[in-house]
Amino acid sequence: MIAGSAVILSGVLGLIGYAFLNRDGLRDVPDRVWLIGGGVGFPMVVLTALLAWALPTGESMTGARGEVYEVQAEAYQWGWRFSYPDGAPGETGSEAGVLYIPAGEPVDVAVTAVDVIHAFWIPRLAGKIDAIPGQTTHLRIQADEPGEYRGQCAEFCGLGHAGMNFMVVAYAPGDTGAAGEGDER
Amino acid sequence: MSEQGTGRMTPIGLHRALDAIWRAPKGLAAFSTVNHSVVGRRFIVTAFVFFAIGGLMAMLMRAQLARPQNPFLGPEVYNQLFTLHGTVMMFLFAIPLIEGVALYLLPKLLGARDLAYPRLSAFGYWCYLFGGVAILASFVFGVAPDGGWFMYVPLASKAYSPGINADVWLLGVTFVEVSAICAAVEFVVTVLKVRTGGMALHRMPLMAWYLLITAAMMLVGFPPLILGSVLLEIERAFGWPFFAPDAGGAPLLWQHLFWLFGHPEVYIIFLPAAGVVSTLIPVFARTRIVGYAWIVAAIIALAFLSFGLWVHHMFTTGIPHLALAFFSAASTLVAIPTAVQIFAWTATLLKGRLHLSLPMLYLLGFFSVFIFGGLTGVMLAIVPFDWQVHDTHFVVAHLHYVLIGGFVFPMLAAVYYWLPLMTGRLPVFSVSRTAFWLIFIGFNTTFLVMHLTGLLGMPRRVFTYEAGLGWDLPNLISSFGGFVMAAGFAVFTLDLVLQFRFGRRFRRNPWKGTTLDWAMPTPAPSYNFAALPRVSSRDPLIDDPDLGAQLARGEGYLGRVRDGQMETLGVDMATGEPDQIIVLPQNDYLPILTALSLAIFFGCFLFGFYAFSPVGLGLAAVCVWRWLWSMGAKNDGEPEAAGLGLELPLYHSAARPPVWLGLIYFLVANGTFFASLLFGYLFLWTIAPNWPPPRMIEGGIGLAVLTASGLILSAVSAGRARALNASARPGRDLFQALAGIFSVLGGAGLVAILIMAAPPPTGHAYGAATAALLGYGFLHAGVGALFSAYAVARGQAGFISPVRATDARAPALWHAYTAVCALAGLVFVYGLPLAMGGGA
Repeated sequence: MIAGSAVILSGVLGLIGYAFLNRDGLRDVPDRVWLIGGGVGFPMVVLTALLAWALPTGESMTGARGEVYEVQAEAYQWGWRFSYPDGAPGETGSEAGVLYIPAGEPVDVAVTAVDVIHAFWIPRLAGKIDAIPGQTTHLRIQADEPGEYRGQCAEFCGLGHAGMNFMVVAYAPGDTGAAGEGDER
Repeated sequence: MSEQGTGRMTPIGLHRALDAIWRAPKGLAAFSTVNHSVVGRRFIVTAFVFFAIGGLMAMLMRAQLARPQNPFLGPEVYNQLFTLHGTVMMFLFAIPLIEGVALYLLPKLLGARDLAYPRLSAFGYWCYLFGGVAILASFVFGVAPDGGWFMYVPLASKAYSPGINADVWLLGVTFVEVSAICAAVEFVVTVLKVRTGGMALHRMPLMAWYLLITAAMMLVGFPPLILGSVLLEIERAFGWPFFAPDAGGAPLLWQHLFWLFGHPEVYIIFLPAAGVVSTLIPVFARTRIVGYAWIVAAIIALAFLSFGLWVHHMFTTGIPHLALAFFSAASTLVAIPTAVQIFAWTATLLKGRLHLSLPMLYLLGFFSVFIFGGLTGVMLAIVPFDWQVHDTHFVVAHLHYVLIGGFVFPMLAAVYYWLPLMTGRLPVFSVSRTAFWLIFIGFNTTFLVMHLTGLLGMPRRVFTYEAGLGWDLPNLISSFGGFVMAAGFAVFTLDLVLQFRFGRRFRRNPWKGTTLDWAMPTPAPSYNFAALPRVSSRDPLIDDPDLGAQLARGEGYLGRVRDGQMETLGVDMATGEPDQIIVLPQNDYLPILTALSLAIFFGCFLFGFYAFSPVGLGLAAVCVWRWLWSMGAKNDGEPEAAGLGLELPLYHSAARPPVWLGLIYFLVANGTFFASLLFGYLFLWTIAPNWPPPRMIEGGIGLAVLTASGLILSAVSAGRARALNASARPGRDLFQALAGIFSVLGGAGLVAILIMAAPPPTGHAYGAATAALLGYGFLHAGVGALFSAYAVARGQAGFISPVRATDARAPALWHAYTAVCALAGLVFVYGLPLAMGGGA
């Protein structure tokens, strides 16, 4: 997408630069070629191709719910509480602001907020989704490799917004140890 | 008594006679000035002062972000800074600068001597100044808005923003928006009605088309924001929970209303700048614009599309993906009309013979920066990409590329292009070029690298960040570039001062412009044209390069001084054939007095003296009454000579006087406001959590039927008064009085329903929204009663006749509008509980 943009930008700027040379080369191109070809035809082709790629991609990122491991994330001013499907209360996460997920499989995060609007975002794993009081939104994430990932609030939420981070720990499949660590307390 | 100037006076004599009438007064009387050139200059200068302040705020922020964990500013100050920076740049710089440019230029482009409502522009200026100063003053006292320029709720609700910070934003911005709505009505009517003879729609300069479409977009774009601000202020002041989720309100309703305004706003800012580009390019390419009709079609298409895109600011709010796909496709579609314009400009450049003059240099800056910003915009319209970079510095970089590239650069070009018209002097070149390169290089240094900062995951609106995340170096570079850009603007300011002081004088039309704005002496005289030209093409100065001298000799329409009156032409909207002589108002203190009355109203609200706020409204009503009263005449009068062998009626005896059109376009804006309110009502009902409400409306059906009948009878009576007047039959004032009485009864009925049948507005969003709907009807019934009272007084005083019919027609239109809205409101209030079976 970025490479394509660079090509379009330099193409148009090249044309304008050419105009300043005051050569006659393109003077006789009929107006209609520029207006219909450049103004309508060209963006139509590019945009259709772009949307054809983007819409299915976006669809796959929301996914059908209920088939995969689902965790709950609750945002407050200024921190995150997490809870897990086996009924274990998310106290583990709430103290440390740590979310435990299995690596190598998709995980749905059900996100909500108790006070103002926040947004749940793990830059290296997925896009972001708003945490809105009074409703629940969903995001599918997947950590391909076990490890730690940085997460943060992405919607301005007041004085503590800049420090509203959390940590995601992705544990190896079948290794309950990582999740168990939290449960021990 | 009337003097036919043509041929009798020398150009100098005519100039002196006209200037004596049109010249702006000095000293304290300057507060009464209504002349469009003066008010336009005030807007432009004030906007640039706010721009400088907003820029300084940005510098403070860049200083803070230059390194990680910087102790320079805390979050309290930083949050106020970025909120104010956005608010100042959007509401106090960009929109007012457009208003100022349009105020100053429109009459000159259209071959007129002033706008349709000079006093309204002066009133708009005072509203803008008072509102803007209040917003900035709050920063001095440390209580500036700190919830972001988008003011998302619940963060901006009373519970999470208990101070007056948020109220400053809501009331200050709404005060400024009053001026935007006034300007929008003014520009639409001026472009459609106040042109010179022969300027048919298809002969208007492109800039007039751009400003017409911009103004039309403002008419429908601003009301949703005003509605949102009014509802949020009511929630904060009186506890009506429109947006509080635990009481059935919807935080997302705010976002819809805000972006329903906020996205068209981007195009409202861009279109006038594009108009500058379309005006300047053919002048500097020494040719005519390629694809005039295509460009007009493209801007109309852009205007429509821009109202279908607002959801792309809300891609991450959990809206169903199918809806996102629709808005994503619509967002990318915007690229097409934009591309049409860009290729029309490119083709014009390719056809012409160019030279790199100073305004052209800024336009090259525009091309490179804006196209880049447009391309990242297409990326952002792609949903999965947006999910990643939404609310990061990538978006900050994108929006600065679009707004600085697409707005500031063309506006700087416009300053250099039109400043000679104001000063009569040409710029001192070397300094100007230094300023350009400092701004251009500084800008790209700041914001190009900021795309990367965003892709590296740095969110927006954070006052600091941790070291070691890869954000340190790009932030330092951005800060450095920011200061270079600021230095560039300092040099730019210096350059303007130099130009005023030392610029080279010139005779006329230094750029060889082809439009009427250059068919006048420079500096532009207070009355613009000593005579108004007869126009037969789009480029009158190509047809006749000597046109300016002819006009100065008084050869054209209205080339005279008659009874010390300020005259300009009114034309048929489509063909541009003159159909009336508009006599413009003299300087007047009413605009500033009306604005001061509103300041009392907003001030009382801000400091919580709610009981006193109606005093301000009452004073404003008195001012408006006197304002309207000063127009019109007590006898029909004969058609007057208008020059070039034409005889025309005066405005008050014409079929379509400007004030009548103004009412219609005001009602368009008002209707958008009401439609947004209905949308909000449905949105709450279907989307908000914690519905159905504990109690719905109970009983009062009979009362509702009576109320509706009262308001319908009021509309019918006012219509009857209008018809009786038109056919010169007796009973006009009697029926007008009846209309007023029915209006009062209808308004009382609405209040009775609210008190007796509806649940209290404070308990649940249902009650709040119901009260808002009924309150809207009540307010309009009340204004309608005043309107009828005014029409009765005018009729008794002899201002109304079958020919001078506006005062009889206007109340009829108002009462009909009120009846329709109140009926719609009652149908919603009583129909929805039945239709929805008690809520979804």
